[in-house]
Amino acid sequence: MTEFLQLLIYGVVFGGIVSLGAIGVSLVFSILRFAHFAHGDLMTVGAYLALALVVGFGVPVWFAFPFAVAGGVLVAVGIDATLYRRLRRTAPVILLISSIGVALVLRSLVHLIWGPATAVYQTGITLPIRFADLRIRPDHLYIIAGTVLLVVLLHLFLQRTRTGKSMRAMADDPDLAQITGINTDRVILWTWVIAATLAVAAGIFLGMDTRLQPTMGWHLLLAIFAAAIVGGIGRPYGAIAGGMLVGITSELSTAVLSPSYKPAVAFAIMVLALVIRPTGLAGGNLLVGRR
Amino acid sequence: MDPLLVYAVFFLTLVGIYALMVLGLNVQWGFAGLFNIGIAAFFSVGAYTSAILTRPESHEHLGGFALPLAVAWTSAMVTAGILALLVGLITLRLREDYLAIASIGIAEIVRLVLKNEEWLTNGVRGIGGIVHPFADFSRGTRELAFLVLVLGLVAIAYLALERARQSPWGRALRAVRESEVSAMAAGKSAMLFRLQAFTVGSMIMGLSGAVYAHFIGFISPEAFDPMYATFLIWVMLIVGGSGNNRGAILGALAIWVVWSGTEYLTNLLPADMVTRASALRMLLVGLLLQVVLLTRPQGLLPEERFVNRRLARRETPKTKTGNG
Repeated sequence: MTEFLQLLIYGVVFGGIVSLGAIGVSLVFSILRFAHFAHGDLMTVGAYLALALVVGFGVPVWFAFPFAVAGGVLVAVGIDATLYRRLRRTAPVILLISSIGVALVLRSLVHLIWGPATAVYQTGITLPIRFADLRIRPDHLYIIAGTVLLVVLLHLFLQRTRTGKSMRAMADDPDLAQITGINTDRVILWTWVIAATLAVAAGIFLGMDTRLQPTMGWHLLLAIFAAAIVGGIGRPYGAIAGGMLVGITSELSTAVLSPSYKPAVAFAIMVLALVIRPTGLAGGNLLVGRR
Repeated sequence: MDPLLVYAVFFLTLVGIYALMVLGLNVQWGFAGLFNIGIAAFFSVGAYTSAILTRPESHEHLGGFALPLAVAWTSAMVTAGILALLVGLITLRLREDYLAIASIGIAEIVRLVLKNEEWLTNGVRGIGGIVHPFADFSRGTRELAFLVLVLGLVAIAYLALERARQSPWGRALRAVRESEVSAMAAGKSAMLFRLQAFTVGSMIMGLSGAVYAHFIGFISPEAFDPMYATFLIWVMLIVGGSGNNRGAILGALAIWVVWSGTEYLTNLLPADMVTRASALRMLLVGLLLQVVLLTRPQGLLPEERFVNRRLARRETPKTKTGNG
């Protein structure tokens, strides 16, 4: 029982990180109509921007957080303005190819600047908090709290603000949204701001949970896409549910499966979702039309 | 033999192996518009199949079949084809993005299996001593004979695919790619045609993996970096010209020249930077792809347009400037 609860805590932490990435992928997928393959590497960039501040100025990670977010947003908006915007006239799949290239460029840049070695924000050992036989790392509590806070803020943004409402409208039906006079450029800009903010947060949380390395985000991409598909494309709340499902199942699977097959669990969940219910838990948009 | 000649033979053999893979990808993406970024999966399944089937008895991995090369290479194509069939059945009904995502999943799982199932593959230590088809020949002629074999395979694949492209089958694939609805209205099963194209392309990738295994003589899960190599093959096809078989071969040659050229350049870097050289090379290729996508998305040799002869004759006098 203790082992189960312990794995459940790891699952919630991992699921939260995956959810933050999946919300962004899901939003970009529904508004710009392409699978953004550079999302994992955007997380990596965010994590390393925070590392630069932590190492360079000796500030704690939570202090570096807003600056890393700002940097990540600039990177995402910059990539959209220089590449994706020009390619939007062509087929969405060209954007997909371009984003794979962007993923490799971002990862190569991180590799070039910070080198291939792993890094951590904080050296030394922090003692876990004990509840009976359960041990909880303080970092994990911060990650869970941060994830909850970001999700609540996102919820308020999507439900209460005008931009948030236009965004949901565009995700539901882009043509209808456009004829009702929604400013698409503005919605796209906000999509990148939100997606990049959540991606940087996920990257930093991942760095706190494990360690930083140039391929950290890329390796999470499969889990993120699985979560977005399981939750339903264009459904931010579905993405959270999908992320939690993928995260918790992956961690619990280590009780019976060899941990080296953990990434395969996310894939298995995604294949099941595609076979049984391709629209996802929350009944998202099924992207069937091929051009 | 002249060291320059030795290098040229080695270089061209690799270009040939890459050209096979790009031709395979061209069937999937160029002909049918199927987005496969799990090339590494089909490549390594082919490589391992052929290696295991030809190796003598070994306590390190499954083996002891010592089958002839032709049987092993055919089996490599068959296993890669079966894998493609399974992936295709699940994802080809849906939009290309799903296949793209599923294909990286397959590549990752194949890599995990090759790494962890030691009884089958000897894990991370890999399989060595894979037989060379011309092992009895003297040094130099051996490599030359292998090059001729590879170029022969490329020529056969090219001629067959060129034939397929002009056949009713190739036309149906393009119809499905351009408009699924009108192809289905004409009585073509889009799913069936996609499945065929995906399987045929993956079989060629499997063959290319088998050829690679016998060329290098050693194969391990890390021998073929899944994302870098897959990406390189994509850049080859897009730069060469998707949908054009000659473009696919030209792209393989052009990008391999660029890739090897950047290796020469990064060797000039100071020693402490050399560990980061692969990242710099990838950065350059990634930027090259963006430039090509923005400025010449059709590639060096664009896809040939097929217009019905009667339609073309009727159109030419009226619409001289129109592009159809």
